[in-house]
Amino acid sequence: MTNTPMNTEPESMTIIAFSGDLDKLWPTMILSSTAAANGMDVTVFYTFWGLFPLVKDDVRITGYDAMTKMLAGMNAPGMKKAKLSKLNMGGMGSWMMRKVAKKNNLMPPEDLFAIAKDMGVNMWPCQMTMDLLGIEGDQMVDGLGDPVGAATALKKMSNSNISLFI
Amino acid sequence: MEDATTTVDAKGQTCPMPVLMTAKAAKELQPGETMLIEATDNGARSDIPAWVDQTGNELVESSEDGEVLRFLVRKK
Repeated sequence: MTNTPMNTEPESMTIIAFSGDLDKLWPTMILSSTAAANGMDVTVFYTFWGLFPLVKDDVRITGYDAMTKMLAGMNAPGMKKAKLSKLNMGGMGSWMMRKVAKKNNLMPPEDLFAIAKDMGVNMWPCQMTMDLLGIEGDQMVDGLGDPVGAATALKKMSNSNISLFI
Repeated sequence: MEDATTTVDAKGQTCPMPVLMTAKAAKELQPGETMLIEATDNGARSDIPAWVDQTGNELVESSEDGEVLRFLVRKK
């Protein structure tokens, strides 16, 4: 239930998830799940580096040629393999951050992502990035929306009370 | 505090879980029924009232017992 009149649309939030870094995934997942809990219509548009976390964790590599495969190698696909944007130090940084999060009962981003998805958050992959990086639909996690482009994301943003670029 | 229809035990949980658990429990309630939310996350002090405001429900009562924050919320 909302305190807005019955004939108006629920409030809406759109997040452009541009970064695939672990430290950026946390706010994306926390804000999108909480907005859904607030009864908002929430959409996350995953583009560029933001798309790698949507790849299934057991997919080791994506890409259609040497260079896109190498890019996937440098940006380890899968949310569990996301790195810190600063001082990742070969995985030590992200490992420590996950340890600290666990100790403080902060859920990992992949769990918050699953909750957000269950709560009805729209998860939209960017079609152009999929083509650019050679990420196939069946290499990505289940429960995503159809791949869309910039115009669709912008249309959603123009109808949103809150739009974020993370 | 009056007896609640249901209790949300979010003790030990951190942001955003107390709010997510509250929203989930609210879905199971009929209008007029109440839920008691118990949390130890200091952020919940403002987060639960913010969620109540945002969703148009009613904060009947809140209290603190040592580390435990309690909120009685009525579904509208």
